[in-house]
Amino acid sequence: MSQVVRGRGRAGFIAGFLLAPLALYLTFVIWPYVQTFGYSFTNWTGQSPTFDFVGVDNYSALMKDEVFRGALWNNLLLLVFVPVVTILLALFFAFMVNAGGRGGAGGVQGVAGSRLYKVVYFFPQVLSLAILAVLFGAVYRTDEGGLLNGVLIRLGIVDRLHPIEWLNEPRLVLWCLLLVVVWHGVGFYLVLFSAAMQSVPKDIYEAALLDGAGRAQTFFKVTLPLLWDSVQTSAVYLGIAAMDMFVLVSTMTSGQFGGGPDHHSEVMATVLMRNFLYFGKSGYACAMGVVMLVLTMILSVITLRATRRERIEF
Amino acid sequence: MGSTGEGFGRRDLIKRSAALGLISVPTMSFLSACASGGEDTTKGPDKGAVSKENPFGVAKGGKMDVVVFKGGFGDDYAKAWEAAFDKKWGTTSSHLGTQEITGKLQTRFNGGNPPDVVDNSGAQKIKLDVLFKSNQLADLTPVLDAPSLDDPAKTVRDTLIAGTVEQGTQGGKFVSLNYVYTVYGFWYSGKLFKEKGWTPPKTWDEFLAVCAKAKEAGLGGLAHQGKYPYYINVVIMDLIAKKGGLEAMKAIDNLEPNAFEGNAAALAAVEAVYEVVEKDLLLPGTNGLTHTESQTAWNQYKAAFIPSGSWLENEQLKQTPDDFDMQFLPVPLLADSKLPFEAIRAGAGEPFIVPEKAANKAGGLEFIRSMLSREWSTIFAQQANSLTVVKDGVDPGVKLRPGTQSAVTALKAAGTNTFNYLYPDWYSEMDTAIQDASNELMAKRIQPKEWIKRAQAAVNKAAQDPNAKNNRRS
Repeated sequence: MSQVVRGRGRAGFIAGFLLAPLALYLTFVIWPYVQTFGYSFTNWTGQSPTFDFVGVDNYSALMKDEVFRGALWNNLLLLVFVPVVTILLALFFAFMVNAGGRGGAGGVQGVAGSRLYKVVYFFPQVLSLAILAVLFGAVYRTDEGGLLNGVLIRLGIVDRLHPIEWLNEPRLVLWCLLLVVVWHGVGFYLVLFSAAMQSVPKDIYEAALLDGAGRAQTFFKVTLPLLWDSVQTSAVYLGIAAMDMFVLVSTMTSGQFGGGPDHHSEVMATVLMRNFLYFGKSGYACAMGVVMLVLTMILSVITLRATRRERIEF
Repeated sequence: MGSTGEGFGRRDLIKRSAALGLISVPTMSFLSACASGGEDTTKGPDKGAVSKENPFGVAKGGKMDVVVFKGGFGDDYAKAWEAAFDKKWGTTSSHLGTQEITGKLQTRFNGGNPPDVVDNSGAQKIKLDVLFKSNQLADLTPVLDAPSLDDPAKTVRDTLIAGTVEQGTQGGKFVSLNYVYTVYGFWYSGKLFKEKGWTPPKTWDEFLAVCAKAKEAGLGGLAHQGKYPYYINVVIMDLIAKKGGLEAMKAIDNLEPNAFEGNAAALAAVEAVYEVVEKDLLLPGTNGLTHTESQTAWNQYKAAFIPSGSWLENEQLKQTPDDFDMQFLPVPLLADSKLPFEAIRAGAGEPFIVPEKAANKAGGLEFIRSMLSREWSTIFAQQANSLTVVKDGVDPGVKLRPGTQSAVTALKAAGTNTFNYLYPDWYSEMDTAIQDASNELMAKRIQPKEWIKRAQAAVNKAAQDPNAKNNRRS
């Protein structure tokens, strides 16, 4: 059998299996997209099957919507910081856990107690976002009953009469949320990177060791290049989390569907939801949805292009 | 682990699907929510004969579909009502008590198969103005004109507390029965005040003085539910209404260009509230607390006052110490106020609606009429610890808790001096914008003048709503 025939047969075989999922995908993902696109040109209230066509009014209003622009900016900030911080921390921990220790006789191993750390770091990942919101709600509570404020007040760093209003502080709120996401995500990516690191042959490390490479050099010259594929995938996944953020922002911050104080923690999804369900501007919200779709499409293309690199074979 | 260079590499596949995920995941959940069903043809049940006892023509043995908000009042009262209704009309009721009114009902409204009666309340209620604009609400005027179940010589309209009809009117139509009668103002612990020898203040200066004394005693003066600026807005708006009179209140509801800007009463009210912030008389940290957290702190004697409606007592039932002696206080007066101290915001809340496209609309209307009987009103008072809009609607045998009792007393003292804002029901977006401004004010991030500017901007924006011209009060 020639190469070509075999390839074609395989494609048909794969397509056969994909038919049912494809149909489901078309019905439940693509069709709503198309509908949304249609609704974005109407003044649909979301509570009635009747609406009028309003052309591009929704889109021109969106251009002038400062709240939405602020939300977009916050999403972009998160899009930069969530992947970067999470991946850096996860890489660091994974390296320390797998190859950071200095055993006797030139062996490559993790720091002492690395097995325990691997399990402990993974704990946050098993918590659902709803539990996370409650947990960190208690951490960030604005009176002395909050964990952070309680500790800071005991230490005498913060005045008991003027505790820090974490999530009600425009300059802090986004970073407080960022911390939650990072805390939640690091464990998972640590495990992911650990697995990738373990597939790197030990002899490469040993060769590096023999050549006198220190921890930092081993990391940057050996580990990171060999892990690039995993890092790239992680960045895309974390990008998803950063573009969404709806659950955390809407449950932890003030305002209808969150976004407070005064829109300082607004993300696109919360603005969309508020307009869709609370203000009865569902057509307008659909226009936001379309903008979100276009933006995320552009971003995912950029991410995949920018992180493309020659693969190192081993 | 190496790539073979032919076919799909496993990693490529993962990467591509991840990229697809990046596109779809965040948007998908919202977008798919947008999908609306087509309009179903609703098939009505057989109509019963219209008679004096059956003014809407309820068919015996039909079906009833009741959805109630299961919040502070629970939903036992509704179950008791449904049992009573089924007994009388031989109907089969299906009951749903939920907090997710929007989540459960939005698709049903869109699909043209809504329930027959809905208690549309809570944080996830479907906004009334939105439903009204989409012609989803049945006109309840026939219920008002029907004979009362207690006394057939009277119409239902005659048995209601004044203001109920106005409160439930949208664009000139009576579309929602706000069933629970609520008074708004400050609350304090009778025990704490007695212990400390404080007298309940009647003027804003006295109010500040008590707050200052509380601070000296190591407590907070004013607690408020900072995460939900709705509550502190009650104080600001009540101060405006009491200082500027009903005209000032109507100017806001009618979206006048000088509702806030250039209105001396509004500025004075905002400055008065800001004084609490400036003099540092707030409960520390209260700006970021939820309603449960702040109210519980207040129940633990950590603050002297808290603003709320009269649902507070039922809501805090478990957290309130037995000897707490919850007491209601009308919002104290600013100098030269047009309304007396006793004047209070009082109004009907917990809107019950009958959807226009309900399968058993006649049953829905009859259900509403039954709610306005003394029998059902008493059921509610017993099960939910609150008053209804039915005049004298509770059997005297029902003993009230101290907070509710003090609210009733305050209501009597107020007499005809009650007022109520309508803009929160009419303009959700404006309400939200003003709440955002209040949140900033309490956190000392904006000054009263800026608050006025932002509130006026919200009013001006709402005035552009084409529906605004139907919403007038005089």
